[in-house]
Amino acid sequence: MRLIFQVMAKKFTKETYLYWYELMLTIRQFELKAEEMYKMAGKIRGFFHAYIGQEAIAAGCMSATRPEDPYITGYRCHALGIAKGLTLDSCMAELYGKATGCAKGKGGSMHFFSKEHNFYGGHGLVGAQIGTGAGLAFAEKYRGTDNVSLTFFGDGAARQGMLHEVFNLAMLWKLPVVFICENNHYAMGTSVERTSNVKDIYTLAEAYDMPGEAVDGMDPEAIHNAVERAVTRARAGEGPTLLEMKTYRYKGHSISDPQKYRTKEELDEYKHKDPIDLIYAKIKKAKYATDEELDAIKAKVDAAVDESVRFAEESPWPSEDEVLKDVYDVDHPSLFVMD
Amino acid sequence: MARQIAFREALREALNEEMRRDENVYLMGEEVAEYNGAYKVSQGMLAEFGPKRVIDTPIAELGFAAVAVGSAQNGLRPVVEFMTWNFACLALDQILNTASKMKAMSGGQIGCPIVFRGPNGSAGQLGAQHSTAFESYYANIPGLKVISPSNPYDAKGLLKAAIRDNDPVMFMESEVTYGDKGEVPEEEYIIPIGKADVKRAGKDITIVSYSKMMKVALAAAEELAKEGIDAEVIDLRTIRPLDWETIVESVKKTNHLVIVEEQWPMCSVSSEIAFRIQKEAFDYLDAPILRITSVDAPMHYAPNLAALAIPDVPRTVALVKKALNKK
Ligand SMILES: Cc1ncc(C[n+]2csc(CCOP(=O)(O)OP(=O)(O)O)c2C)c(N)n1
Ligand SMILES: [Mg+2]
Repeated sequence: MRLIFQVMAKKFTKETYLYWYELMLTIRQFELKAEEMYKMAGKIRGFFHAYIGQEAIAAGCMSATRPEDPYITGYRCHALGIAKGLTLDSCMAELYGKATGCAKGKGGSMHFFSKEHNFYGGHGLVGAQIGTGAGLAFAEKYRGTDNVSLTFFGDGAARQGMLHEVFNLAMLWKLPVVFICENNHYAMGTSVERTSNVKDIYTLAEAYDMPGEAVDGMDPEAIHNAVERAVTRARAGEGPTLLEMKTYRYKGHSISDPQKYRTKEELDEYKHKDPIDLIYAKIKKAKYATDEELDAIKAKVDAAVDESVRFAEESPWPSEDEVLKDVYDVDHPSLFVMD
Repeated sequence: MARQIAFREALREALNEEMRRDENVYLMGEEVAEYNGAYKVSQGMLAEFGPKRVIDTPIAELGFAAVAVGSAQNGLRPVVEFMTWNFACLALDQILNTASKMKAMSGGQIGCPIVFRGPNGSAGQLGAQHSTAFESYYANIPGLKVISPSNPYDAKGLLKAAIRDNDPVMFMESEVTYGDKGEVPEEEYIIPIGKADVKRAGKDITIVSYSKMMKVALAAAEELAKEGIDAEVIDLRTIRPLDWETIVESVKKTNHLVIVEEQWPMCSVSSEIAFRIQKEAFDYLDAPILRITSVDAPMHYAPNLAALAIPDVPRTVALVKKALNKK
């Protein structure tokens, strides 16, 4: 099987490499800036989980899917939101809690959403979206589209009962869903090794006769190829796939994590496989862009990130009557208890 | 002055003392052992008691709650930490359908001496899914006891009582009070479950509250005192059983009642108190019972909306004046 896959693997175009580079750089620069606005300026509050280190997954998934394919993930959601096309302005404004944010300032860091971009969030309860993502797929199949749900979750989430119930259902009903486990090796301070005897999470699929595969989660090419295979199967009505992306988060679990559970050497090992450096080097080697062109991309990205801060700063707070809005489809006063 | 320790240390002392006293008590939950607790309540406990009794779990709330419930039926006395009560929703099946009903279903043969504990309610701008206050949900369930302390002294004495209790006890803490310091004596003591505490004596109006909203209630009472209004503040400490007699005694004196709580208003703790007090002390009330609760909506992230969502001192002061018909 593997050999055939290798032969089929696409040669990627110059445009794809440049798209990956710009997307991953945008995600990273956005989060670095947001982290700065959190720590130095106190403009952002609540839980804040950075995706830094895992950007290749967003890049490889995006190039292998279509805009109509719904994405859903957990609270570590900035990157996939940006990848699906949310503007940096609406993302930074959401982090600030401004009315112009992608959830009107109501969601914050953990709850980015955009129906327009088929981005279904942004969920706070570990593992919940494994089931919800299969539900997105159920609707696509029911309505007769060939769209595929990309459902992202962590290595920690893989230990929830939800995964097992929904893997079974998704296979039984041949739902068009690609389950993407972002194995960054830790669930808060708990390493994968301490949570199960099954350390290769992709093998959990076997119990349900679901195809499962381990993927180098630091390499957009490998990710693209694996996702493309899974998506092709799903579009053809052949059901779900589990892809385990072996990746790493450079930052703590959240902004307040002292990270005593891992070594600097381990972190450095992954920083040497940095996906942005990897793609940058490939672009240079293939002469897809000159140094000046690459510098121009970096300058463009940095300007867009700075602009998003300005936009968030200047945006208004939600008005106070928003407290009781968006709770029901029609927020009629009789629906609420008002003393 | 007596010794001052933080809320989280008071909880830890209760856990340590009970685990030293009784071999069958153990602590289980996410990040409780090697990480020393997500909020550092269990700091150092793995070092003292070892991995047999301070047990890290994978993220599997339904599964580990079930294991704990089963072990409680078979002779052990587990303390289960939920990283927050929001995540305990996954374990609700075990709490409601098994733990709370074992005694009744087995005709009294098999009990479930277990404590579920962890932080509850909002803690700043954590958004809709990390901010729910659950006291009224669990207080609705016969077979369970529900405790929600406001300070280190009460927390320690009540947690020890909860661990020694033979029924399932829901013990609700708060992220925003773990660092609060308070007087806790060196000597051992236990606070009985089901006893409210008058935290401030007064004659003009009774304010009832619990958990972190006690800070709002007490601060409001201080503000009111400046204006010549003498409020009595009662800390429920236990939600189920509800010590309504203490409230009735107070209302007999003050003839006015205001309740401050973090629940959503529908079917809340204040709903229950209002029913009980109008029934037991109708003749002593000079005005309708008023309450301030969380706004009847999921909590939004934006700072201005989050601030509006839960009771605060100015709005509590205004409500008390309204109850007293004062400007
Ligand atoms: C049901 C539930 N339990 C616990 C938590 C607390 N919590 C938030 S993130 C997290 C770790 C999750 O790790 P993983 O699934 O590996 O995802 P990662 O954070 O590494 O992306 C935990 C325990 C939660 N949010 N929801
Ligand atoms: Mg992880």
